[in-house]
Amino acid sequence: MNPVLWIGEQSISIVETLGQFTLVLGRSFTGLFTGVWSRSDFSEQLERIGVSSVLMVAITSGFMGMVMAVQTLDQFVRFGATGYIGGVIALSMVREMSPVLTGLVVSGRVGAAMAAEIGSMKVSEQLDALRTFGLDEVVFVSCPRIMAGIVMLPVLTIFSFIVGIGGGFLYVAAHGVNPFLFKQSMEALMEPYDLLGGLLKALVFGLLITVSACSQGFAAEKGARGVGSATTRAVVWGNMLILVFNYILSTLLFGGIKG
Amino acid sequence: MSPILTMENVCVSFASRRVLDKVYFDLRAGEISCLLGPSGCGKTTTLKVVAGLLRPEEGVVRLFNRSVTAATPEQELVGIRKEMGVVFQGGALFDSMTVGQNVAFPLLYCRDVRDPLKIDRAVVDMLQHVELGDIRNMYPAELSGGMRKRVAIARALVHKPSLLLFDEPTTGLDPITARHMDQLVLDLCRKFNVAVLVVTHDLVSALGIADRLLLMEKGRIAWRGAKDEWSGSSSPAVREFAEGMVSIGAGEEVSP
Repeated sequence: MNPVLWIGEQSISIVETLGQFTLVLGRSFTGLFTGVWSRSDFSEQLERIGVSSVLMVAITSGFMGMVMAVQTLDQFVRFGATGYIGGVIALSMVREMSPVLTGLVVSGRVGAAMAAEIGSMKVSEQLDALRTFGLDEVVFVSCPRIMAGIVMLPVLTIFSFIVGIGGGFLYVAAHGVNPFLFKQSMEALMEPYDLLGGLLKALVFGLLITVSACSQGFAAEKGARGVGSATTRAVVWGNMLILVFNYILSTLLFGGIKG
Repeated sequence: MSPILTMENVCVSFASRRVLDKVYFDLRAGEISCLLGPSGCGKTTTLKVVAGLLRPEEGVVRLFNRSVTAATPEQELVGIRKEMGVVFQGGALFDSMTVGQNVAFPLLYCRDVRDPLKIDRAVVDMLQHVELGDIRNMYPAELSGGMRKRVAIARALVHKPSLLLFDEPTTGLDPITARHMDQLVLDLCRKFNVAVLVVTHDLVSALGIADRLLLMEKGRIAWRGAKDEWSGSSSPAVREFAEGMVSIGAGEEVSP
Protein backbone atom coordinates (compact mmCIF):
# COMPACT_ATOMS: atom_id res chain seq x y z
CA MET A 1 0.00 0.00 0.00
CA ASN A 2 1.08 3.58 -0.70
CA PRO A 3 2.56 4.85 2.62
CA VAL A 4 1.15 8.37 2.10
CA LEU A 5 -2.32 6.89 1.57
CA TRP A 6 -1.90 4.67 4.64
CA ILE A 7 -0.84 7.62 6.84
CA GLY A 8 -3.78 9.65 5.50
CA GLU A 9 -6.28 6.88 6.23
CA GLN A 10 -4.91 6.30 9.72
CA SER A 11 -5.01 10.03 10.48
CA ILE A 12 -8.64 10.29 9.37
CA SER A 13 -9.50 7.22 11.44
CA ILE A 14 -7.85 8.70 14.57
CA VAL A 15 -9.62 12.04 14.12
CA GLU A 16 -12.95 10.22 13.58
CA THR A 17 -12.47 8.12 16.71
CA LEU A 18 -11.57 11.14 18.82
CA GLY A 19 -14.57 12.99 17.37
CA GLN A 20 -16.94 10.15 18.30
CA PHE A 21 -15.35 9.99 21.76
CA THR A 22 -15.91 13.71 22.29
CA LEU A 23 -19.51 13.56 21.04
CA VAL A 24 -20.44 10.65 23.33
CA LEU A 25 -18.68 12.33 26.27
CA GLY A 26 -20.46 15.66 25.63
CA ARG A 27 -23.93 14.16 25.09
CA SER A 28 -23.58 11.90 28.12
CA PHE A 29 -22.39 14.73 30.34
CA THR A 30 -25.33 16.98 29.45
CA GLY A 31 -27.72 14.01 29.44
CA LEU A 32 -26.60 13.02 32.92
CA PHE A 33 -28.43 16.03 34.35
CA THR A 34 -31.14 16.74 31.77
CA GLY A 35 -31.76 13.44 29.96
CA VAL A 36 -33.55 10.21 30.77
CA TRP A 37 -31.52 7.17 31.83
CA SER A 38 -32.25 4.12 33.90
CA ARG A 39 -31.13 3.99 37.55
CA SER A 40 -31.67 0.22 37.61
CA ASP A 41 -29.34 -0.14 34.63
CA PHE A 42 -26.76 1.84 36.65
CA SER A 43 -26.95 -0.73 39.48
CA GLU A 44 -26.63 -3.54 36.96
CA GLN A 45 -23.55 -1.90 35.43
CA LEU A 46 -22.00 -1.43 38.89
CA GLU A 47 -22.28 -5.16 39.37
CA ARG A 48 -21.00 -5.97 35.89
CA ILE A 49 -17.94 -3.73 36.21
CA GLY A 50 -17.26 -4.28 39.88
CA VAL A 51 -18.22 -7.71 41.12
CA SER A 52 -17.31 -9.56 37.96
CA SER A 53 -13.84 -7.95 37.76
CA VAL A 54 -12.83 -8.60 41.38
CA LEU A 55 -11.18 -11.97 40.82
CA MET A 56 -9.12 -10.82 37.82
CA VAL A 57 -8.04 -7.67 39.62
CA ALA A 58 -7.07 -9.74 42.67
CA ILE A 59 -4.98 -12.19 40.64
CA THR A 60 -3.15 -9.57 38.55
CA SER A 61 -2.55 -7.22 41.50
CA GLY A 62 -1.43 -9.95 43.89
CA PHE A 63 1.10 -11.32 41.43
CA MET A 64 2.25 -7.84 40.42
CA GLY A 65 2.94 -7.02 44.09
CA MET A 66 4.94 -10.23 44.43
CA VAL A 67 6.92 -9.57 41.23
CA MET A 68 7.79 -6.10 42.48
CA ALA A 69 9.02 -7.66 45.70
CA VAL A 70 11.07 -10.20 43.73
CA GLN A 71 12.71 -7.42 41.68
CA THR A 72 13.43 -5.03 44.55
CA LEU A 73 14.29 -7.30 47.50
CA ASP A 74 17.78 -8.35 46.33
CA GLN A 75 18.79 -4.78 45.37
CA PHE A 76 17.55 -3.28 48.63
CA VAL A 77 19.27 -5.96 50.74
CA ARG A 78 22.54 -5.34 48.81
CA PHE A 79 22.40 -1.59 49.56
CA GLY A 80 21.28 -2.13 53.16
CA ALA A 81 17.91 -0.45 52.52
CA THR A 82 15.64 -3.30 53.57
CA GLY A 83 13.78 -0.87 55.78
CA TYR A 84 12.40 0.96 52.73
CA ILE A 85 11.10 -2.00 50.77
CA GLY A 86 7.54 -1.86 52.11
CA GLY A 87 7.21 1.83 51.34
CA VAL A 88 8.57 1.46 47.82
CA ILE A 89 6.25 -1.43 46.98
CA ALA A 90 3.25 0.38 48.47
CA LEU A 91 4.08 3.67 46.71
CA SER A 92 4.48 1.92 43.36
CA MET A 93 1.19 0.09 43.79
CA VAL A 94 -0.79 3.07 45.01
CA ARG A 95 0.52 5.67 42.58
CA GLU A 96 1.00 3.59 39.43
CA MET A 97 0.51 -0.13 39.31
CA SER A 98 -2.93 -0.52 40.86
CA PRO A 99 -4.76 2.17 38.84
CA VAL A 100 -3.09 1.10 35.58
CA LEU A 101 -3.51 -2.65 36.11
CA THR A 102 -7.12 -2.27 37.20
CA GLY A 103 -7.76 -0.02 34.20
CA LEU A 104 -6.23 -2.51 31.77
CA VAL A 105 -8.15 -5.43 33.27
CA VAL A 106 -11.46 -3.57 33.15
CA SER A 107 -10.76 -2.26 29.65
CA GLY A 108 -10.04 -5.76 28.34
CA ARG A 109 -12.94 -7.40 30.10
CA VAL A 110 -15.72 -4.87 30.54
CA GLY A 111 -14.84 -2.38 27.79
CA ALA A 112 -14.89 -5.11 25.17
CA ALA A 113 -18.19 -6.53 26.43
CA MET A 114 -19.73 -3.03 26.53
CA ALA A 115 -18.72 -2.21 22.94
CA ALA A 116 -20.00 -5.61 21.73
CA GLU A 117 -23.30 -5.17 23.56
CA ILE A 118 -23.94 -1.67 22.19
CA GLY A 119 -22.80 -2.74 18.70
CA SER A 120 -25.27 -5.66 18.80
CA MET A 121 -28.00 -3.30 19.99
CA LYS A 122 -27.29 -1.11 16.98
CA VAL A 123 -27.29 -4.03 14.53
CA SER A 124 -30.55 -5.44 15.93
CA GLU A 125 -32.25 -1.99 15.82
CA GLN A 126 -32.58 -1.78 19.62
CA LEU A 127 -30.99 1.69 19.56
CA ASP A 128 -33.56 2.79 16.94
CA ALA A 129 -36.27 1.32 19.18
CA LEU A 130 -35.06 3.51 22.06
CA ARG A 131 -35.36 6.58 19.85
CA THR A 132 -38.91 5.67 18.86
CA PHE A 133 -39.81 5.83 22.56
CA GLY A 134 -38.62 9.44 22.61
CA LEU A 135 -35.30 8.68 24.30
CA ASP A 136 -31.80 9.84 23.42
CA GLU A 137 -30.14 6.46 22.86
CA VAL A 138 -26.65 7.79 23.61
CA VAL A 139 -27.73 9.22 26.97
CA PHE A 140 -29.90 6.24 27.90
CA VAL A 141 -27.22 3.65 27.15
CA SER A 142 -24.00 5.56 27.99
CA CYS A 143 -24.86 7.40 31.21
CA PRO A 144 -25.35 4.33 33.45
CA ARG A 145 -22.20 2.73 32.03
CA ILE A 146 -20.01 5.82 32.36
CA MET A 147 -21.27 6.54 35.87
CA ALA A 148 -20.67 2.93 36.89
CA GLY A 149 -17.14 3.09 35.45
CA ILE A 150 -16.34 6.28 37.34
CA VAL A 151 -17.63 4.79 40.61
CA MET A 152 -16.27 1.25 40.33
CA LEU A 153 -12.72 1.87 39.04
CA PRO A 154 -11.62 3.66 42.26
CA VAL A 155 -13.29 0.93 44.35
CA LEU A 156 -11.50 -1.82 42.42
CA THR A 157 -8.27 0.16 42.65
CA ILE A 158 -8.48 0.28 46.45
CA PHE A 159 -8.99 -3.47 46.39
CA SER A 160 -5.97 -3.78 44.09
CA PHE A 161 -3.80 -1.68 46.52
CA ILE A 162 -4.63 -4.04 49.35
CA VAL A 163 -4.08 -7.27 47.41
CA GLY A 164 -0.93 -5.97 45.66
CA ILE A 165 0.72 -4.74 48.85
CA GLY A 166 -0.36 -7.98 50.52
CA GLY A 167 1.32 -10.00 47.75
CA GLY A 168 4.56 -8.04 48.10
CA PHE A 169 4.46 -8.38 51.86
CA LEU A 170 4.03 -12.18 51.68
CA TYR A 171 7.09 -12.51 49.43
CA VAL A 172 9.43 -10.31 51.50
CA ALA A 173 8.16 -11.78 54.78
CA ALA A 174 8.88 -15.27 53.45
CA HIS A 175 12.46 -14.09 52.76
CA GLY A 176 13.11 -12.90 56.26
CA VAL A 177 12.21 -9.20 56.18
CA ASN A 178 10.74 -7.99 59.43
CA PRO A 179 6.98 -7.34 58.99
CA PHE A 180 7.19 -4.40 61.40
CA LEU A 181 9.86 -2.76 59.19
CA PHE A 182 7.65 -3.28 56.15
CA LYS A 183 4.75 -1.53 57.86
CA GLN A 184 6.94 1.23 59.28
CA SER A 185 8.45 2.10 55.90
CA MET A 186 4.97 2.24 54.36
CA GLU A 187 3.90 4.75 56.98
CA ALA A 188 7.10 6.77 56.55
CA LEU A 189 7.05 7.02 52.75
CA MET A 190 3.35 7.24 51.94
CA GLU A 191 1.10 10.25 52.29
CA PRO A 192 -2.69 10.57 51.88
CA TYR A 193 -1.95 12.58 48.71
CA ASP A 194 -0.48 9.45 47.10
CA LEU A 195 -3.69 7.53 47.73
CA LEU A 196 -5.83 10.40 46.44
CA GLY A 197 -3.65 10.70 43.32
CA GLY A 198 -4.04 6.99 42.61
CA LEU A 199 -7.80 7.17 43.07
CA LEU A 200 -8.06 10.22 40.83
CA LYS A 201 -6.21 8.29 38.13
CA ALA A 202 -8.62 5.37 38.55
CA LEU A 203 -11.60 7.71 38.20
CA VAL A 204 -10.21 9.17 34.96
CA PHE A 205 -9.46 5.67 33.63
CA GLY A 206 -13.04 4.62 34.43
CA LEU A 207 -14.28 7.54 32.36
CA LEU A 208 -11.90 6.85 29.47
CA ILE A 209 -12.67 3.10 29.30
CA THR A 210 -16.44 3.47 29.33
CA VAL A 211 -16.63 6.46 26.96
CA SER A 212 -14.27 4.70 24.54
CA ALA A 213 -16.30 1.46 24.72
CA CYS A 214 -19.62 3.27 24.26
CA SER A 215 -18.40 5.41 21.37
CA GLN A 216 -16.99 2.38 19.55
CA GLY A 217 -20.24 0.48 20.14
CA PHE A 218 -22.32 3.33 18.69
CA ALA A 219 -19.98 3.58 15.70
CA ALA A 220 -20.14 -0.18 14.97
CA GLU A 221 -20.93 -1.01 11.39
CA LYS A 222 -23.69 -3.46 10.56
CA GLY A 223 -22.97 -7.17 10.73
CA ALA A 224 -21.01 -9.49 12.99
CA ARG A 225 -17.73 -8.26 11.53
CA GLY A 226 -18.62 -4.65 12.37
CA VAL A 227 -19.39 -5.57 15.97
CA GLY A 228 -16.16 -7.59 16.20
CA SER A 229 -13.98 -4.75 14.97
CA ALA A 230 -15.77 -2.26 17.26
CA THR A 231 -14.91 -4.54 20.19
CA THR A 232 -11.26 -4.71 19.17
CA ARG A 233 -11.06 -0.94 18.70
CA ALA A 234 -12.66 -0.36 22.12
CA VAL A 235 -9.95 -2.41 23.84
CA VAL A 236 -7.08 -0.94 21.81
CA TRP A 237 -8.24 2.65 22.35
CA GLY A 238 -9.10 2.01 25.99
CA ASN A 239 -5.62 0.64 26.71
CA MET A 240 -3.85 3.37 24.75
CA LEU A 241 -5.78 6.12 26.50
CA ILE A 242 -5.02 4.59 29.91
CA LEU A 243 -1.28 4.57 29.25
CA VAL A 244 -1.17 8.05 27.71
CA PHE A 245 -3.28 9.61 30.45
CA ASN A 246 -1.33 7.73 33.11
CA TYR A 247 1.80 9.56 31.97
CA ILE A 248 0.01 12.92 31.86
CA LEU A 249 -1.56 12.44 35.31
CA SER A 250 1.66 11.09 36.84
CA THR A 251 3.51 14.16 35.60
CA LEU A 252 0.84 16.52 36.89
CA LEU A 253 0.31 14.80 40.24
CA PHE A 254 3.71 13.41 41.15
CA GLY A 255 6.17 14.91 38.63
CA GLY A 256 9.19 17.10 39.32
CA ILE A 257 11.80 16.95 42.08
CA LYS A 258 10.42 17.59 45.54
CA GLY A 259 13.17 18.86 47.76
CA MET B 1 -61.60 13.35 9.17
CA SER B 2 -58.14 14.91 8.80
CA PRO B 3 -55.24 12.49 8.22
CA ILE B 4 -52.99 11.44 11.09
CA LEU B 5 -50.03 11.19 8.77
CA THR B 6 -49.32 13.08 5.56
CA MET B 7 -46.14 12.78 3.53
CA GLU B 8 -45.76 15.71 1.15
CA ASN B 9 -43.14 15.32 -1.58
CA VAL B 10 -40.59 13.83 0.77
CA CYS B 11 -37.10 13.33 -0.62
CA VAL B 12 -34.18 11.56 1.05
CA SER B 13 -30.70 10.91 -0.35
CA PHE B 14 -27.84 8.76 0.92
CA ALA B 15 -24.54 10.23 -0.32
CA SER B 16 -25.46 11.27 -3.86
CA ARG B 17 -28.09 8.53 -4.37
CA ARG B 18 -31.74 9.61 -4.13
CA VAL B 19 -33.55 6.97 -2.10
CA LEU B 20 -36.93 8.69 -1.76
CA ASP B 21 -38.14 10.91 -4.55
CA LYS B 22 -41.19 13.10 -3.88
CA VAL B 23 -43.05 10.48 -1.88
CA TYR B 24 -46.56 11.54 -0.94
CA PHE B 25 -49.47 9.76 0.73
CA ASP B 26 -51.67 10.10 3.77
CA LEU B 27 -53.12 7.88 6.45
CA ARG B 28 -56.31 8.32 8.48
CA ALA B 29 -57.28 7.04 11.93
CA GLY B 30 -58.25 3.36 11.91
CA GLU B 31 -56.93 2.87 8.38
CA ILE B 32 -54.39 0.21 7.40
CA SER B 33 -52.07 1.07 4.50
CA CYS B 34 -49.49 -1.32 3.13
CA LEU B 35 -46.38 -0.01 1.47
CA LEU B 36 -45.34 -2.68 -1.01
CA GLY B 37 -42.32 -2.98 -3.21
CA PRO B 38 -39.21 -4.96 -4.02
CA SER B 39 -36.10 -4.86 -1.82
CA GLY B 40 -34.19 -1.57 -2.04
CA CYS B 41 -37.13 0.47 -3.37
CA GLY B 42 -37.20 2.77 -0.29
CA LYS B 43 -39.97 1.19 1.84
CA THR B 44 -37.97 0.96 5.07
CA THR B 45 -36.49 4.43 4.50
CA THR B 46 -40.05 5.77 4.22
CA LEU B 47 -40.94 4.04 7.50
CA LYS B 48 -37.85 5.51 9.18
CA VAL B 49 -38.80 8.99 8.01
CA VAL B 50 -42.31 8.55 9.44
CA ALA B 51 -40.84 7.22 12.71
CA GLY B 52 -38.58 10.27 12.94
CA LEU B 53 -35.41 8.19 12.70
CA LEU B 54 -34.50 9.96 9.45
CA ARG B 55 -35.26 13.55 8.47
CA PRO B 56 -36.80 14.45 5.13
CA GLU B 57 -34.21 16.25 3.04
CA GLU B 58 -36.98 18.01 1.15
CA GLY B 59 -40.73 18.02 1.68
CA VAL B 60 -42.78 17.80 4.86
CA VAL B 61 -44.09 15.00 7.05
CA ARG B 62 -47.23 16.03 8.95
CA LEU B 63 -47.87 13.89 12.00
CA PHE B 64 -50.66 14.58 14.50
CA ASN B 65 -51.03 18.12 13.07
CA ARG B 66 -47.33 18.87 13.58
CA SER B 67 -44.86 19.35 10.72
CA VAL B 68 -41.51 17.64 10.48
CA THR B 69 -38.96 19.04 8.05
CA ALA B 70 -35.20 18.93 7.70
CA ALA B 71 -35.00 21.86 10.14
CA THR B 72 -37.24 20.47 12.89
CA PRO B 73 -35.28 20.33 16.18
CA GLU B 74 -34.77 16.88 17.74
CA GLN B 75 -36.64 17.96 20.87
CA GLU B 76 -39.85 18.49 18.89
CA LEU B 77 -39.63 14.97 17.48
CA VAL B 78 -39.55 13.44 20.96
CA GLY B 79 -43.22 14.25 21.64
CA ILE B 80 -44.26 13.02 18.20
CA ARG B 81 -42.42 9.71 18.60
CA LYS B 82 -44.20 8.99 21.87
CA GLU B 83 -47.53 8.98 20.00
CA MET B 84 -46.52 6.10 17.76
CA GLY B 85 -45.47 2.50 18.09
CA VAL B 86 -42.95 0.79 15.84
CA VAL B 87 -42.62 -2.95 15.28
CA PHE B 88 -39.17 -3.55 13.83
CA GLN B 89 -38.38 -6.39 11.44
CA GLY B 90 -36.56 -8.51 14.04
CA GLY B 91 -38.66 -7.23 16.93
CA ALA B 92 -35.79 -5.13 18.38
CA LEU B 93 -36.64 -6.35 21.88
CA PHE B 94 -34.15 -5.28 24.54
CA ASP B 95 -32.03 -8.40 25.17
CA SER B 96 -31.05 -7.42 28.69
CA MET B 97 -34.68 -7.05 29.81
CA THR B 98 -37.38 -9.66 30.43
CA VAL B 99 -40.49 -9.76 28.27
CA GLY B 100 -42.39 -8.01 31.07
CA GLN B 101 -39.82 -5.20 31.26
CA ASN B 102 -39.84 -4.85 27.47
CA VAL B 103 -43.62 -4.49 27.30
CA ALA B 104 -43.65 -2.13 30.30
CA PHE B 105 -40.96 0.10 28.73
CA PRO B 106 -43.26 2.50 26.77
CA LEU B 107 -45.52 2.92 29.79
CA LEU B 108 -42.54 4.11 31.84
CA TYR B 109 -40.90 6.31 29.25
CA CYS B 110 -43.73 7.46 26.96
CA ARG B 111 -46.58 7.74 29.46
CA ASP B 112 -44.65 8.18 32.72
CA VAL B 113 -46.72 5.51 34.49
CA ARG B 114 -45.00 4.73 37.82
CA ASP B 115 -47.56 2.53 39.61
CA PRO B 116 -46.12 -1.04 39.49
CA LEU B 117 -49.58 -2.63 39.84
CA LYS B 118 -50.99 -0.62 36.96
CA ILE B 119 -47.95 -1.48 34.82
CA ASP B 120 -48.22 -5.17 35.68
CA ARG B 121 -51.91 -5.28 34.81
CA ALA B 122 -51.33 -3.52 31.49
CA VAL B 123 -48.46 -5.90 30.60
CA VAL B 124 -50.48 -9.06 31.36
CA ASP B 125 -53.46 -7.65 29.48
CA MET B 126 -51.35 -6.78 26.43
CA LEU B 127 -49.67 -10.20 26.38
CA GLN B 128 -53.15 -11.76 26.36
CA HIS B 129 -54.13 -9.52 23.42
CA VAL B 130 -51.23 -10.91 21.39
CA GLU B 131 -52.19 -14.45 22.42
CA LEU B 132 -49.21 -15.09 24.64
CA GLY B 133 -49.54 -16.51 28.12
CA ASP B 134 -47.73 -15.22 31.15
CA ILE B 135 -44.21 -15.11 29.78
CA ARG B 136 -43.28 -11.92 31.65
CA ASN B 137 -40.19 -13.45 33.22
CA MET B 138 -38.74 -14.94 30.07
CA TYR B 139 -35.95 -13.25 28.12
CA PRO B 140 -36.19 -12.48 24.37
CA ALA B 141 -33.43 -15.02 23.64
CA GLU B 142 -35.71 -17.78 24.96
CA LEU B 143 -38.53 -16.97 22.50
CA SER B 144 -39.24 -18.18 18.96
CA GLY B 145 -39.30 -15.71 16.05
CA GLY B 146 -43.10 -15.56 16.04
CA MET B 147 -43.26 -14.99 19.80
CA ARG B 148 -40.67 -12.22 19.59
CA LYS B 149 -42.78 -10.43 16.96
CA ARG B 150 -45.88 -10.73 19.12
CA VAL B 151 -44.04 -9.34 22.13
CA ALA B 152 -42.83 -6.50 19.88
CA ILE B 153 -46.46 -5.81 18.88
CA ALA B 154 -47.49 -5.84 22.55
CA ARG B 155 -44.70 -3.38 23.35
CA ALA B 156 -45.68 -1.11 20.45
CA LEU B 157 -49.37 -1.03 21.46
CA VAL B 158 -49.23 -0.97 25.25
CA HIS B 159 -49.13 2.84 25.53
CA LYS B 160 -52.12 3.18 23.15
CA PRO B 161 -50.39 5.05 20.31
CA SER B 162 -52.35 6.74 17.51
CA LEU B 163 -50.10 5.37 14.77
CA LEU B 164 -48.52 1.94 14.47
CA LEU B 165 -45.69 1.19 12.06
CA PHE B 166 -44.74 -2.34 11.03
CA ASP B 167 -41.51 -3.18 9.22
CA GLU B 168 -41.93 -6.50 7.39
CA PRO B 169 -44.11 -8.20 10.05
CA THR B 170 -44.20 -11.57 8.27
CA THR B 171 -40.56 -11.82 7.19
CA GLY B 172 -38.82 -14.89 8.59
CA LEU B 173 -42.07 -16.61 9.57
CA ASP B 174 -43.45 -19.81 8.07
CA PRO B 175 -46.59 -19.32 5.89
CA ILE B 176 -49.02 -20.53 8.57
CA THR B 177 -47.52 -18.32 11.30
CA ALA B 178 -47.36 -15.45 8.78
CA ARG B 179 -51.12 -15.67 8.06
CA HIS B 180 -51.80 -15.95 11.77
CA MET B 181 -49.71 -12.81 12.28
CA ASP B 182 -51.75 -11.01 9.58
CA GLN B 183 -54.97 -11.87 11.37
CA LEU B 184 -53.51 -10.71 14.69
CA VAL B 185 -52.41 -7.37 13.20
CA LEU B 186 -55.83 -6.89 11.66
CA ASP B 187 -57.71 -7.76 14.87
CA LEU B 188 -55.55 -5.57 17.09
CA CYS B 189 -55.73 -2.58 14.77
CA ARG B 190 -59.52 -2.78 14.65
CA LYS B 191 -59.72 -3.31 18.41
CA PHE B 192 -57.44 -0.37 19.27
CA ASN B 193 -58.67 1.79 16.35
CA VAL B 194 -55.13 2.75 15.46
CA ALA B 195 -53.83 3.95 12.08
CA VAL B 196 -51.36 1.45 10.66
CA LEU B 197 -48.62 1.65 8.07
CA VAL B 198 -47.19 -1.74 7.13
CA VAL B 199 -44.03 -2.02 5.07
CA THR B 200 -43.86 -5.39 3.35
CA HIS B 201 -42.94 -7.22 0.20
CA ASP B 202 -45.43 -9.99 1.05
CA LEU B 203 -48.31 -9.40 -1.37
CA VAL B 204 -50.52 -12.08 0.22
CA SER B 205 -50.13 -10.40 3.58
CA ALA B 206 -50.80 -6.94 2.14
CA LEU B 207 -53.93 -8.05 0.30
CA GLY B 208 -55.12 -9.76 3.47
CA ILE B 209 -54.90 -6.81 5.85
CA ALA B 210 -54.73 -3.52 3.93
CA ASP B 211 -57.46 -0.99 3.27
CA ARG B 212 -55.15 0.80 0.86
CA LEU B 213 -52.06 -0.30 -1.04
CA LEU B 214 -49.08 1.82 -2.05
CA LEU B 215 -46.58 0.32 -4.45
CA MET B 216 -43.07 1.77 -4.40
CA GLU B 217 -40.57 1.56 -7.19
CA LYS B 218 -37.14 3.19 -7.24
CA GLY B 219 -37.97 5.60 -4.43
CA ARG B 220 -41.34 6.74 -5.83
CA ILE B 221 -44.93 5.72 -5.25
CA ALA B 222 -45.66 3.98 -8.54
CA TRP B 223 -49.26 3.02 -7.78
CA ARG B 224 -51.85 3.63 -5.08
CA GLY B 225 -55.37 2.40 -4.58
CA ALA B 226 -57.82 0.33 -2.58
CA LYS B 227 -56.96 -3.36 -2.35
CA ASP B 228 -59.97 -4.25 -4.53
CA GLU B 229 -58.44 -2.17 -7.33
CA TRP B 230 -55.16 -4.09 -7.27
CA SER B 231 -56.17 -7.12 -9.32
CA GLY B 232 -57.90 -5.01 -11.98
CA SER B 233 -55.07 -2.49 -12.29
CA SER B 234 -53.44 -2.06 -15.68
CA SER B 235 -50.42 -0.28 -14.20
CA PRO B 236 -47.18 -1.83 -15.52
CA ALA B 237 -45.61 -1.46 -12.04
CA VAL B 238 -48.43 -3.48 -10.46
CA ARG B 239 -48.23 -6.15 -13.17
CA GLU B 240 -44.47 -6.41 -12.90
CA PHE B 241 -44.54 -6.71 -9.10
CA ALA B 242 -47.46 -9.19 -9.08
CA GLU B 243 -45.87 -11.32 -11.82
CA GLY B 244 -42.58 -11.27 -9.91
CA MET B 245 -44.37 -12.53 -6.82
CA VAL B 246 -46.13 -15.25 -8.82
CA SER B 247 -42.88 -16.42 -10.42
CA ILE B 248 -41.10 -16.43 -7.06
CA GLY B 249 -44.01 -18.41 -5.60
CA ALA B 250 -43.87 -20.89 -8.49
CA GLY B 251 -40.12 -21.18 -8.11
CA GLU B 252 -40.53 -21.97 -4.44
CA GLU B 253 -43.05 -24.69 -5.20
CA VAL B 254 -40.92 -26.54 -7.71
CA SER B 255 -37.61 -26.14 -5.98
CA PRO B 256 -36.47 -29.26 -4.08
